[in-house]
Amino acid sequence: MDIEAAKYLAAGIAVGLGALGPGIGEGIAASKALESIGRNPEASGKVAPLMFVAMAITESTAIYALVVALIILFG
Amino acid sequence: MDLNISLAPDILFNIAGFPVTNTLLWSFVLSIFLMLVFVLIARSLKMIPGRWQNFIELLVEGSYSFVESTVGPGKKAQRLFPLVFTMFIFVLVANLAVYIPGQSAISVNNGDGFVPVFRAVMSDYGLVLIMTLVSIIVAQIVAIITAGPWKYLGRFINFKSPLAFFLGLMELVGEIAKIFSLSFRLFGNIFAGEVLGAVMLLLAPFFMPLPFLFLGLLSAVIQAFVFSVLTLVFISMASEVPEKEEVSV
Repeated sequence: MDIEAAKYLAAGIAVGLGALGPGIGEGIAASKALESIGRNPEASGKVAPLMFVAMAITESTAIYALVVALIILFG
Repeated sequence: MDLNISLAPDILFNIAGFPVTNTLLWSFVLSIFLMLVFVLIARSLKMIPGRWQNFIELLVEGSYSFVESTVGPGKKAQRLFPLVFTMFIFVLVANLAVYIPGQSAISVNNGDGFVPVFRAVMSDYGLVLIMTLVSIIVAQIVAIITAGPWKYLGRFINFKSPLAFFLGLMELVGEIAKIFSLSFRLFGNIFAGEVLGAVMLLLAPFFMPLPFLFLGLLSAVIQAFVFSVLTLVFISMASEVPEKEEVSV
């Protein structure tokens, strides 16, 4: 396997594995937030911004994986 | 595939040996635009607001009440609001400027090839890192002022017990990790959006990129919001007097 092919493979694996955990985590965050809005619809204005912040923090490991992959590909 | 994607921004021209990149140029253009808008609105304040004044008032008041709801009303909100709102509005405008139609077609010859004049401002890691450093350094200064220099140092270097020493080191690592997580979140999202748009445009032009553009629009607003809210949370966390010192350890 030459080095170019290994680079593409490494970038793919990095993003694929890195996106697994945050995908599950964001799903849990969204489901809990929607559940709480369903239980108390007046609180949606308070729950939604917090949910976005929490999801962005959950997402950060996926973003690290993405940055690593982008550096492998284009850096 | 002939995608020209680079992590570093392209250099447009040099001013006395100082390279001016396309992101630098655009960050200045956007800053001047924002200053002009807000100065002009502030000069012509009326009791009965016009259309533009109404819009700006809505934005500022909404943001202020959000800051108040997060850190509590009073002096703290008044002091934090200018920094946080400036960061929010700058990141928001910088992210939304990507969606001005036609700007990506303009390119200029810099001597060794054509480079685009426009590039998403937040896809330059240097600028994002500087903004992150501003927010982290402000948080540290606030922490030093609130807790006093010796207590502040005691959070990180603590010889009371092996466990306390280890926890202090972890705290130090956590503070440094904040810089990376805050900056890479914004940079990664915007840069990935750019790359995704370019790849989709290459694979299936015109209609395939549309849903991704919409997703990018959503993440442009959310990332601006998240960046400023995290800045707000870091600073307000640093300004809280730690009370658990007496209870634990």
